[in-house]
Amino acid sequence: MAKTFGSLTRRTFLASSAVASAYGLGGTGPAFADVNWKKYAGTKIGVNLVKSPRGEVLQKYEKEFTDLTGIQVSSEQTPEQQQRQKAVIELNSGSPSFDVIHISYHVQKRQFEKANWLADIGPFMKNPELTDPSLTESDFSQAGLLYAKNPQGQMLSLPFSVDYWMVYWNKDLFAKKGLAYPQTFDEMVKVAEALTDPKEGTYGFVARGLKNANVPVWTSFLLGYGVDPVDANGNLMTDTPEAIEAARLYQRLLSKSAPQGVSGFNWSECQSAFLQGKIGMWLDGVGFAPPLEDPDKSRVVGKVGYGVMPRGPKAQASATFGDGIAVTAASKNKEAAYLYCQWAVSKLMGARLLQAGGGVPFRNSILSDPEVRKGVKMPPAWIDAVVESGKISKLGLPVVQPVTEFRDIIGIGLTNLLAGADPATEMKKATEQFKPILERSEKA
Amino acid sequence: MATIVEQQPGEIKEAAPVQGARPRSSYWPFVVPAVAVVGSVIVFPWVFTVWMSLHEWTVGGARRFAGLSNYARLVSDERFLTSVIHTFIYTFLAVVLPLILGTLAALVFNSRLPLRGILRGLFIMPMMATPVAIALVWTMMFHPQLGVLNYLLSLIGIGPQAWVFNPSTVIPSLVLVETWQWTPLVMLIVLGGLAAIPSEPYESAAIDGASAVQRFRYITLPMIAPFLMVAVIIRTIDALKSFDIIYAITQGGPGTASETINLYLYSVAFAYYDVGYGSAIAVVFFAIVIALSLLMLHLRQRTKWTDVQGGA
Repeated sequence: MAKTFGSLTRRTFLASSAVASAYGLGGTGPAFADVNWKKYAGTKIGVNLVKSPRGEVLQKYEKEFTDLTGIQVSSEQTPEQQQRQKAVIELNSGSPSFDVIHISYHVQKRQFEKANWLADIGPFMKNPELTDPSLTESDFSQAGLLYAKNPQGQMLSLPFSVDYWMVYWNKDLFAKKGLAYPQTFDEMVKVAEALTDPKEGTYGFVARGLKNANVPVWTSFLLGYGVDPVDANGNLMTDTPEAIEAARLYQRLLSKSAPQGVSGFNWSECQSAFLQGKIGMWLDGVGFAPPLEDPDKSRVVGKVGYGVMPRGPKAQASATFGDGIAVTAASKNKEAAYLYCQWAVSKLMGARLLQAGGGVPFRNSILSDPEVRKGVKMPPAWIDAVVESGKISKLGLPVVQPVTEFRDIIGIGLTNLLAGADPATEMKKATEQFKPILERSEKA
Repeated sequence: MATIVEQQPGEIKEAAPVQGARPRSSYWPFVVPAVAVVGSVIVFPWVFTVWMSLHEWTVGGARRFAGLSNYARLVSDERFLTSVIHTFIYTFLAVVLPLILGTLAALVFNSRLPLRGILRGLFIMPMMATPVAIALVWTMMFHPQLGVLNYLLSLIGIGPQAWVFNPSTVIPSLVLVETWQWTPLVMLIVLGGLAAIPSEPYESAAIDGASAVQRFRYITLPMIAPFLMVAVIIRTIDALKSFDIIYAITQGGPGTASETINLYLYSVAFAYYDVGYGSAIAVVFFAIVIALSLLMLHLRQRTKWTDVQGGA
């Protein structure tokens, strides 16, 4: 068997993949045609991954990539925060130890673009010897392309996994009160308050209250008011009347309808609370769904509704975040590294990611493939919500370099709201604090 | 010619170094390793940190000389000033509480208790655990809905508390973890002091009719004072540089309610990558540590070890 793998041809690889599909991969066949995969055989590349279900999937099937291409891969997974620090320090040194980098768009995009740390893979995508014909820009969702391209239109990464924000809701609690899933922000508030009964330990709504982590909750509301946190001209919109209204909504939902201590909740505390069956609605990313349907962890198996973000006064939008996979500008093996990136976002790998519930590919051809959908372990309502969220997706955080400061400063203001502070005062104060930081970063 | 004869090698006058004379240059190589290590791991990083603090410098961007502007920014940085206050409150509580409880525990364990050895062993166990692991366990215990602490409170009729999830109770809750972990250290130090106290002063006091409180106040306390001072110094250093427990449990939150200088410094340098400003914070933090150390040294002078030998 080892000998077979060692001398794997494209034909045997396709055949073995078809067998793998028959064993539960939902019939997805890899579209690995026409590319000269073996051209860079013998090359060694380093891959820096974020420790996550996405990183796990890539590392788990890494040997298949080596068998397909003859390229040796040395990969490592590091927890998110540490990976970001390590990547920045190594890339800043000019000679990183890796050729491929797994990036969090919503945090690193602008920083990496400005520092010219990523290679332009546009020419590779146009080269038929390097790129499968099915991999086209138009197959990626709009949000993915916005993330992957720099302002000059260069393709600096391949969109890998998208995270839309949606509402998980407890169908049992709704049924007990005879309530329906809300369609608008106003209805969401009413339903949340109707479901809240502190004596029973039941609360209508939960979402992140912890500073920094809580900002996407507020931007999810802000987008419904038809406003982005930073407009197309780079102006901060965080103290506009819409931003203050979104903050007021955040304050009301998390003060009147959320459990005690929510100001210290990150996604994990929200998830724990929802898993206990005492929470009506939980607003967060689609990637947190698998434990909800796991009988070992959840008391709400089979009772979870997966709702698209309700409509705001001006728009209906799902705040979107995502990961990409890119070739470093300093890499000496750019073509081999690009082949790895292409394999990572391939239909086969995307299907595996989706079917395991570890992430959602940016590629429409994967999401719309009925064979792929058949193999998805999550309920059909989840994937429907994912597809519908994709149609109303908008970037959940501004594409600015000091995005962490943005999240911290706005996040502190939002946390203060939960202690009773005035939304207008907090949003104006946070905007004043962040403005000089943004200006400094744009000048640098 | 006579001079040459006088300087013949091997003469006793030249072979034996004279006290106070300058060392021969051939001795220098022996000092080089120590100088190199101190220079490279202590002196150079500090000089470099001070130099960086004088620049506007974000990782990935250009570096620009900024003079003292980073320091000027600190003065008006509300978040930094709040973090200084949090650091002092946290340090004060994390020193005083283990000191009081550790001293009481030492007095208890110094008396002849049944199973004293086993109980002492159990008591020092928190010290042996890894801070991050402890922090994760306490995070679960603090959870307002699922945590065991609120369950225990409910058994005695007290309503649920938000612990580290509420800005007004977060620092005391974190100090609770520090106190739980480090009270045993103070206990061990004070126990050492108690073991060194001779029995005669107590016998004299008993003859004079001194009460237990008076014996503690006028004999025990002055005699263990040098040991308490050591405990204070160790705890102050530990509490000032405390990072792991706070970061793992609250990351400085809710909001910035538990953000100490260390945590803010970490955010600025490693989350915002603003190494110039982060260096300025590090320099100011260093100055605070030096100032506190000098204060401690001054207080240390007032409690001499000879007190133990010479009595109060």
